Amino acid sequence: MKVVLQNLTKKFPSRNKKNPQDVIAVNDFTFEIPDGKLIGLLGPSGCGKSTTLNLISGLQSPTSGKIYFGEDDVTDLPPEHRGVGLVFQSYALYPHLTVRQNIMFPLQNLKGAQKLSKEQMAEKVLKAAGLVQIDELLDRKPNELSGGQQQRVAIARALVKTPRVLLLDEPLSNLDARLRLQTREEIRRIQKETRLTTIFVTHDQEEAMSISDMIVVMKDGVIQQIGKPQDVYDDPVNLFVAKFLGTPPINVFDGRVVRGHLMIGNDDILTVTNIPDQEVYVAIRPEGFILQDDGPLCCNLSNVEVMGRDVSIVSTHEKSLNVTIRSIIDADNPVDRESDTVRFAVKPHKVFLFGKTSEERIHFEV
Amino acid sequence: MEKRNLKGWLYLLPAILFLGIFMVYPLVDVFIYSMEEGYNSASQTSYGTGLYNYSYVLHDTYFLQAVKNTFILVIITVPLSTGLALLISMGLSSIKPLRNLYQTIYFLPYVTNTLAVGLVFMILFKKTAYTDGMVNLLIRAFGGSSVDFIDGPYWAKMFVLCFYTIWIVLPFKILILTSALASVNPVYYNAAKVDGTSKGRIFRKITLPMISPMIFYLVITGFIGAFKAYSDAVALFGTNLNAAGMNTIVGYVYDMLYGNSGGYPSYASAAAIILFAIVMTITCINLLVSRKHVHY
Repeated sequence: MKVVLQNLTKKFPSRNKKNPQDVIAVNDFTFEIPDGKLIGLLGPSGCGKSTTLNLISGLQSPTSGKIYFGEDDVTDLPPEHRGVGLVFQSYALYPHLTVRQNIMFPLQNLKGAQKLSKEQMAEKVLKAAGLVQIDELLDRKPNELSGGQQQRVAIARALVKTPRVLLLDEPLSNLDARLRLQTREEIRRIQKETRLTTIFVTHDQEEAMSISDMIVVMKDGVIQQIGKPQDVYDDPVNLFVAKFLGTPPINVFDGRVVRGHLMIGNDDILTVTNIPDQEVYVAIRPEGFILQDDGPLCCNLSNVEVMGRDVSIVSTHEKSLNVTIRSIIDADNPVDRESDTVRFAVKPHKVFLFGKTSEERIHFEV
Repeated sequence: MEKRNLKGWLYLLPAILFLGIFMVYPLVDVFIYSMEEGYNSASQTSYGTGLYNYSYVLHDTYFLQAVKNTFILVIITVPLSTGLALLISMGLSSIKPLRNLYQTIYFLPYVTNTLAVGLVFMILFKKTAYTDGMVNLLIRAFGGSSVDFIDGPYWAKMFVLCFYTIWIVLPFKILILTSALASVNPVYYNAAKVDGTSKGRIFRKITLPMISPMIFYLVITGFIGAFKAYSDAVALFGTNLNAAGMNTIVGYVYDMLYGNSGGYPSYASAAAIILFAIVMTITCINLLVSRKHVHY
């Protein structure tokens, strides 16, 4: 089932009497989520990603715009008629019911022709429980389960009535780091097995990048960029997207273009054609540095962190907008730790230029 | 270890002391009096020991009337007041405008003096030489014949007493239940909504279990409070409750001690012990039932 959002907008009335302007949580969203894909809605907190999810689930109704599931206009449908499964950030398992009763709950709501016999219900519960591998926990109460197990129960409850769309609100944020890694693979597996169109919300870019077919980067209620994770990472449209994706974060410098030379301070790091002279932000991915004795970019070395496969060189530069510059170099390259300075060349495709005022991407040719 | 124990006991001492002096000792004392035939508190003498007092009390028509009254009162008011309170607090939590105002209005009876409320009920229900009372005026306006609620037939008096009791206990229950309802995390309602749960089912399967500890608390304290009813009856029917046929068990105990027929501490003690046994039994039954239906 593909999901289409068309000019979707959600405004909240302002509570601030001095500034009675509406808060726009979701601003004119238009995009299409292809059938059977896993989509990550990504952005810092307060960017409207949870509101978007609530709009799709029907828990909130949009101020304007349309939502389609396939060809059906579901904009005015209440949540129960949309056929969505929603997994809440806090899981929202009913504490007084056992796992089995929790998963069965949505089935018992069915009425009329859809009504199931007890055997059918039990069978569906077992199937959903099997899918998320919690068969042995069915007779426990939610408070007797670990966070990861509760998460699985919540997913089973969302899946049991075979929804058209599965929605996950910050599915991993309540889990510890180790479990998070495991669970995100689990979510990916479940999604692949069920082939459900799945939309999940997260503020963790690594999480979104690692399992999504497509990510939607948002900021202040506005979509910044939509695309495959790798494409968005390799080709960010503006400074925000470039900064938001990637760990360690991208290194940003104050720079300028002078007669076809890209300068950071006095270092002429690249020759670029087709750009008029101007001040720019220069953003370089950590893996975009090449250690070179006569490299053009000269930084003050502060620390070398060995991580086994790679070394991470921490340095500073007067034009850097980050406190430190982090560059990741293959461990085979020798680093002179005693030296005060370190010199880099850069890989042109890992360097992005952004306009000083617009912060929009400026494409250049080498 | 020893030292820590000592410290613990020291902390408990004030409570133990007060409970011992004012709760345990009197209870034991009352039990002893109830076994002593014709105990005289002035001369501290009695004729002998045995179950005579119990036998007397249990054969006293006034006591049996008091037990009957008390049980009717309990059985009618506890479920009705709790149900009504639940209904009203559900209403209160689902409205937005003027909610605080309504909450205050519903809470007002709680801070009003029992006897003052009794006076208002007199005006509403009592028949005097000058007026039949407000309620009777209403009944007549709708074509019924007037009833004397205060000095009239038994069922009318019982109706007023139950009405009055419910009115008095309602505010506290509403207060407790509104806060219990407010403490249910709205995410459960959202989850239920996405799953297409009907309103009735949400109430039965989510709201009720979630607030069941509070309901249980209200039922238990409601039972105990209703069994100990006395002042309400006095406020409505005056101090001569036996004559009005509206006495309660606590009223009977009081009358046996200080009333016109008073001066019988042994009978009073026996009646008090019987009340204690009844309340204890009911509370135990409540606890047993709750184990199955209350979710903490």
